[in-house]
Amino acid sequence: MSIDMEMEEILNLFFEESFEGIDIMESGLLTLEDGADRETINTIFRAAHSIKGGAGTFGFMEISEFTHSVETLLDEMRNGTRSITPDAIQVLLQSVDVIREMTQSAQAKTPIVMTGADALSGELARILAQKVPPGAAPAAPSIAANAAATPPAVPPSGTTTPAQAQPTVVAVKRESNPEPAAPAGPLEAWRIVFAPDPNLFKTCNDPMRIFEELANLAPLEVTANTDALPAFGLLDPTQCFLSWTLLLRGPVEQSRIVEVFDWVDASSKIVYEPIYGVGQAGAPADRPAAEHAQPPAARATPAADAHPPAPTAAKSGGEAGSLRVATEKVDALINLVGELVITQSMLGRFAEKYEPSDIEALRRSLAQLTRNTRELQESVMQIRMLPIGFSFNRFPRLVHDLSRKLGKKVDLKLSGENTELDKTVLEKIGDPLVHLVRNALDHGLEAPDKRLAAGKSETGTLELNAFHEGGSIIIEVKDDGAGLNKERILSKARERGLVDQDAQLTDDAIYNLIFVAGFSTADTVSDLSGRGVGMDVVRRNINDLGGHVQIFSVKGQGSTIRIRLPLTLAILEGQVLRVGKEIYVASLVSIIETVQSTRENLSCVAGRTELFRHRTDYIPIIRLHDLFGIEPDSREISDGLLVVLEADGRRVAMLVDELLAQQQVVIKSLETNFKQVPGLAGATIHGDGTVALILDVPGLIRTFLEQQGMHMGRAA
Amino acid sequence: MAATILAVDDSASMRQMVSFTLKHAGYEVVEAADGVDALEYARKNSVNLVLTDVNMPRMDGITLVRELRLLIAYKFTPMLVLTTEAGPEKKAQGKQAGATGWLVKPFNPDKLLATIAKVL
Repeated sequence: MSIDMEMEEILNLFFEESFEGIDIMESGLLTLEDGADRETINTIFRAAHSIKGGAGTFGFMEISEFTHSVETLLDEMRNGTRSITPDAIQVLLQSVDVIREMTQSAQAKTPIVMTGADALSGELARILAQKVPPGAAPAAPSIAANAAATPPAVPPSGTTTPAQAQPTVVAVKRESNPEPAAPAGPLEAWRIVFAPDPNLFKTCNDPMRIFEELANLAPLEVTANTDALPAFGLLDPTQCFLSWTLLLRGPVEQSRIVEVFDWVDASSKIVYEPIYGVGQAGAPADRPAAEHAQPPAARATPAADAHPPAPTAAKSGGEAGSLRVATEKVDALINLVGELVITQSMLGRFAEKYEPSDIEALRRSLAQLTRNTRELQESVMQIRMLPIGFSFNRFPRLVHDLSRKLGKKVDLKLSGENTELDKTVLEKIGDPLVHLVRNALDHGLEAPDKRLAAGKSETGTLELNAFHEGGSIIIEVKDDGAGLNKERILSKARERGLVDQDAQLTDDAIYNLIFVAGFSTADTVSDLSGRGVGMDVVRRNINDLGGHVQIFSVKGQGSTIRIRLPLTLAILEGQVLRVGKEIYVASLVSIIETVQSTRENLSCVAGRTELFRHRTDYIPIIRLHDLFGIEPDSREISDGLLVVLEADGRRVAMLVDELLAQQQVVIKSLETNFKQVPGLAGATIHGDGTVALILDVPGLIRTFLEQQGMHMGRAA
Repeated sequence: MAATILAVDDSASMRQMVSFTLKHAGYEVVEAADGVDALEYARKNSVNLVLTDVNMPRMDGITLVRELRLLIAYKFTPMLVLTTEAGPEKKAQGKQAGATGWLVKPFNPDKLLATIAKVL
């Protein structure tokens, strides 16, 4: 790997880490609102500290400097010298946004925009200037809303602003820096008395190293002072009993000498005495040492110039391809590949020389190959699996901001954050979840006064929950709000002509109306939700992922939106079906149950639509052989099996001849190899090389119902 | 044989940066993510220099240095602390624990190598 590539990789790691740190800061700050504990503040501080240090090292001085003032504030909170006010938390949260934006533009190699940082620097300085003693927390937060409008306050001396952050060399010495009294001539030499702490050696500092470094600056004369040496019997060789007087013959800047002693000056006595020659009186020889401290900004500028501005390019490209994988997962893979190699060599033997008596051994090897392959497959799938926490993480902040905006009190509960799902599914489920959460906050949960009036606690609860069930992952968005208003939904739907005026609908069918495009019951359209775009998109997105949505709602007690998703998109938990000579695969997730029907459960409407009585509902029957034009074993419904399928909240019963195995199948795209076919999601290849088509259940139901002239909401 | 340096930092990017720089300069580098890991490694193996960050979860750099100095094998091993704070307080703390010296962040590769060369 070239050095540049290696650096680029380290840089990517830095960005990844910074974004993680930013998320840690954000979620930490949000928990601080409910009461501070030391560990949380420490964690936030550490994250800020790492971002600052990293940004500085990688040349993003703007980020480093801005984060520095954030860190200063956090440090004071951590030390207990500052109380944690809602006001401060709000500004810190805004700062987190700014750091995130700055880091994003750094990652996109675009110039770092300073507007956000500049606006907040003043705000941070203002807070830093308020010396709030801990324990004396103000009763109410100062108005944070006009934070951005507040002109940057002039920081009083003593506080640190980003601009003057961190001089790298602290050059002004304490009492050991005698002001030269009216120097007679130019600086010629230094006399340095160095009396180290007896424990000097215990820190591994060798005086010889210091002398050598000094000798590099100018000719050096060293005189050792042995006065403090104890009697030989008492001499502890690990202690330093010597002191030295050094004469450094040259006009060396004091800061450079101080730097040499930097590591030992805290515990040693060091006296620096300048020696001036006899020259013109009044020559300014005592140049202030501070002048030599190189401002960090001077080194920072090249970094900003180094990246040519590429304003639009590769903004999102950064995270697309990369995947962070735990080392154990990779180790497991390597281990499995090792086993595979062993199995392969075992099999290879049979190719060289095969005797009929080897059949048993061959079988064993093949069985092992099967196991290896399955394990390898599982491990590779594991690599793509990420905890849903990555998606849940954004919600504390979202809920915090939204509830503020809406004037509602919300308690967000997350559970099952460690439930793992495929990276692609994880990425695609984010937006629908945001939408559902927004909806729950906006429409579901009531305002505090309404809640009180309804006899509920003032604070509403919103739960996000994830868990595995069978081969799928379930995500629930649950609120204890008002619940869905059936009458209102129904009247809105009638008003819009989505259902017939006299249609009788089941609860499920009514709830499902909110997923219809253009439907919204909100009386006023807020900027959050209520425009009626969204729920249909939510459902489509989830269906595209091979999942489905269900709504449960009890009036006055709240609603639960339940999303069922496959664990992965590349592999399908499939039910293999047979119709005549053809083999199909249906996603197991979409199958409710399979029943053998008796004649009594069947009926016919309008002479063409066959219905099956499934529990209390009548659901239409799809004859797969008719749809695909194949010859079945029997056309008699009671001879075959009815597979009850559900998608988009609609159920149908599909007639097939036989159920075969349940197995995982690898999905091969039809579009890539042939063309898209309505009702089919793809194909898979069986062990014997034959191709089985995978049914697109939602598409199948849609196509079928359209053909039957039936529409959503009239299925019953 | 090249000197072995134990680089301790909770930030993987900082660790890799340090490691990258040192390896290219011919040192052997072992990485540890915090004081606890570093201490465990140092107990079982030997290193010629320890370079540690201060703020880390589980065990900070100052404590690490203090713990290492208690081990006979590390009585005379140079230990450098990477710090963003150059204040006298921090220095005294590091000193007290037995740190040889410090390197103030942010640093560039040259500075890192020059500092290491001082003590190795």
